[in-house]
Amino acid sequence: MSRESILAAIKKNQPEQQALPDLDAFRRTGPGDPAAFRKVIETLGGQVFEISSYAEIQALIAEHQPDARKIISLQEQYLPGAITEWEAGDGGRQFENVDLAIIPGQFGVAENGAIWITDVEIKERVLPFITQHLAIVVASQDIVPTMHDAYAERIAHPGGGFGVFIAGPSKTADIEQSLVLGAHGAKSLTVFLYTPKP
Amino acid sequence: MEHQHKEHSLLAEEFNANEPRVNWHDETLWWVRQKRDKMAWSIPEWEDLREAASRIKHNVLGNLHDYLLAFEKNAQANGAVVHWAADAAEHNKIVLQLLQEQGVKRMVKSKSMLTEECHLNPYLAEHGIEVIDTDLGERIVQLAKEPPSHIVLPCIHKKKEEIGELFHEHLGTPAGNADPKFLTAAARQHLRAEFIQSRVAITGVNFAVAETGEMVVCTNEGNADMGAHLADVHIACMGIEKIIPQRKHLGVFLRLLARSATGQPITTYSSHFRAPKKGQQLHIVLVDNGRSRQLGREDFRNSLKCIRCGACMNTCPVYRRSGGHSYHNAIAGPIGAILAPNLDMKEYADLPFASTLCGSCSNVCPVKIDIHQQLYQWRQVITKEGYAKKTKAAGMHAMNMVLSKPGLYKTAGGVGRWVMRTFPAVVNNGLNPWYKQREMPEAPKESFADWYKKNRKQ
Amino acid sequence: MKVGLFIPCYIDQFYPQVGIATLSLLEKLGCDVVYPPGQTCCGQPMANSGFEHLTHGCNELFVDHFKDVDYIVGPSGSCVLHIKDHLHVDGKEQVATHIRQHIYELAEFLTDILKVDHLKAKFPHKVGIHQSCHGQRGLGLAQMSELVAAPFSKPQQLLQMVEGLELIELKRTDECCGFGGTFCVFEEAVSVKMGKDRIADHVNNGAEYITGNDVSCLMHLEGILRRQKSNVKVLHIAEILNSI
Repeated sequence: MSRESILAAIKKNQPEQQALPDLDAFRRTGPGDPAAFRKVIETLGGQVFEISSYAEIQALIAEHQPDARKIISLQEQYLPGAITEWEAGDGGRQFENVDLAIIPGQFGVAENGAIWITDVEIKERVLPFITQHLAIVVASQDIVPTMHDAYAERIAHPGGGFGVFIAGPSKTADIEQSLVLGAHGAKSLTVFLYTPKP
Repeated sequence: MEHQHKEHSLLAEEFNANEPRVNWHDETLWWVRQKRDKMAWSIPEWEDLREAASRIKHNVLGNLHDYLLAFEKNAQANGAVVHWAADAAEHNKIVLQLLQEQGVKRMVKSKSMLTEECHLNPYLAEHGIEVIDTDLGERIVQLAKEPPSHIVLPCIHKKKEEIGELFHEHLGTPAGNADPKFLTAAARQHLRAEFIQSRVAITGVNFAVAETGEMVVCTNEGNADMGAHLADVHIACMGIEKIIPQRKHLGVFLRLLARSATGQPITTYSSHFRAPKKGQQLHIVLVDNGRSRQLGREDFRNSLKCIRCGACMNTCPVYRRSGGHSYHNAIAGPIGAILAPNLDMKEYADLPFASTLCGSCSNVCPVKIDIHQQLYQWRQVITKEGYAKKTKAAGMHAMNMVLSKPGLYKTAGGVGRWVMRTFPAVVNNGLNPWYKQREMPEAPKESFADWYKKNRKQ
Repeated sequence: MKVGLFIPCYIDQFYPQVGIATLSLLEKLGCDVVYPPGQTCCGQPMANSGFEHLTHGCNELFVDHFKDVDYIVGPSGSCVLHIKDHLHVDGKEQVATHIRQHIYELAEFLTDILKVDHLKAKFPHKVGIHQSCHGQRGLGLAQMSELVAAPFSKPQQLLQMVEGLELIELKRTDECCGFGGTFCVFEEAVSVKMGKDRIADHVNNGAEYITGNDVSCLMHLEGILRRQKSNVKVLHIAEILNSI
């Protein structure tokens, strides 16, 4: 059986083992900078709105996504009247015609604008990809400085069967290195950066 | 020597027949290199990060046996089925069997250099199964019936007008429309239909974590996710060297990968697949295909650290001016030239010579593979194994004879210079590759040694 | 300080003026220079072509020639790097090691060992530096554009001491010229294209002269310049540093 022969060849050929490097030196102390986070997302082609109450979302969507008809919101409080429940069973194909999905993000990373999302919150894995447009709500207190901090503090242990860092809208530069937003996934990304009033 | 392909130098010469196109190719990739530089400079600890990545990968090479077992155990506990393939043929057979079990005739695949290396698409086509490559660049070269010319930018050799033409022919877009935005939108529509109908999806793997049994797949387009989440069966194909020890090590690699590859801070999507979704099958195919052999080659094992970012191609002055197809291998450029001879030393004997050993590749490599030193070492191995060109070998032996004997060297040098001065046509002719586009150096009357003898006391 | 002058084969045969400039520069700076006769080649052309196993003869000669000097200095980064990385002789390993550790390319010998801080030289021209890869990336003569590190350049440091000399800026500071040893004939098309592109960068930025620490690269660039009937000339850095 190949498994045994592969493992035997590896055992025979692998070099002497060396220690893993310490990664703590790459960590930053303190929280991540929401302004830096915002700036990166904008350079990636996303737009960021700072909100102090979920109630602000509705007007912002009406203004910036006026054509969105079929809107899914994973939390009722984000957008009253949006679809919050659906029938499972079509493997996610039923979302093909969703114009906008509003989903919660667990935390963001200041150095690269990435936002962590898992199937625990979004239920259907394909949703943030198949929706035509995507909006993510993330709290400004949930910004970490670097990827090292993200893995060390926030996701040292996997929760759920699937998790994804999303940084900006889907894009490609495969045709002559011309950047085009909206390859296969969401054509746009809106981030609502939430800081409750003190 | 019989080869299946023309050698790099010939293919490169053909590529250079169109100089404006070479300039365009060079400038496009140099621009990507500059974007990479800008990103690297935005991280003050960049060089420490490269060092850390290299050391993590070194640790992996020394523990690969145990890490693979841990990965297998954890992946199985997560609900995945793990397969092992000794070579390309076995990999292809495993995938075919899974597809036949599902009874599918058409399915989607996101980018996987491993499946290119194994020539999976033509194999499945022979068995009546059509693979739709869903990465835009890969779909383009697939429609053009060409292999990718770059591991990250598969159709970097194609002009938008040629792509417009292809889309017109295959996807029915209006003739003459070569707008990248328009063409991308057309591909989106075309491929969405494929994603929706496909019951099986193949993806590659960027990193596989031993500690958690999960796999990370990075894309900008979202094609891996569209395929994998909509399918009933997700098949992930990976080389055994993709293993990393722990989840926290992803922090290092995800910081380096996209910055090195395209000059982005991170890819749009970094998807962590741990367990199959409810009702879905997840199959992971672990492929050796020469990797365990390369692990045993002390001078070359570091090549297994590669994370397939393509930075060495973008910076390589030879790659930029010869094009990916001149390497006649699934993986082109400097990294391809050190990986390929392990697979077939005779077939790829030309590749380690397709370099000036300038060393830029080793400097941009995010995992610090000593690429140019391995190119030098492969030259020694290939020569010793008897795969050097016969004419080159004869020349080298003659050169050695002259250079090992000072008297002979002095005479030969003097005679040579005299011949060059007296009968320039002997060297200045079309048979001398130097002279084709360059003048020969002017031959002075006396050598430095002659001058020294006259002008300094011995 | 006894300095052994290492003049690589193609400089000896085709560019004796570079050897002469190197010698007179070192003498001006007060070095006791000897040129061991009977030198041939460092063996690099064979080694880089995959025939390192044929270089024993060259290695033996090299060790015999330079066994009695404090330093070995040569006007070629590439040949110096080859010796530094590959000189080994059975039974004479101690001498070979001493040589590997004490061989210097001319510019780095001037900046690092002689610690030259001024030069009596004059060259009122616009000059572009061609950073040869083996000198730069191999010996570390200058900061490499790929690395995130503080900038420095030993050749530039020296050229800035030359009166009237104006250094031009290049679009690509350290791209390879395409010489690459036997690469220049076995991969002729790409080699020449690389050379043409390097030249264009210098010409577009106003260079009258292209200089560098490796005659091999300059020979390749000169061959193309002469074919193009260009007025731009190449000079080894020793020739500029030695000019009055």
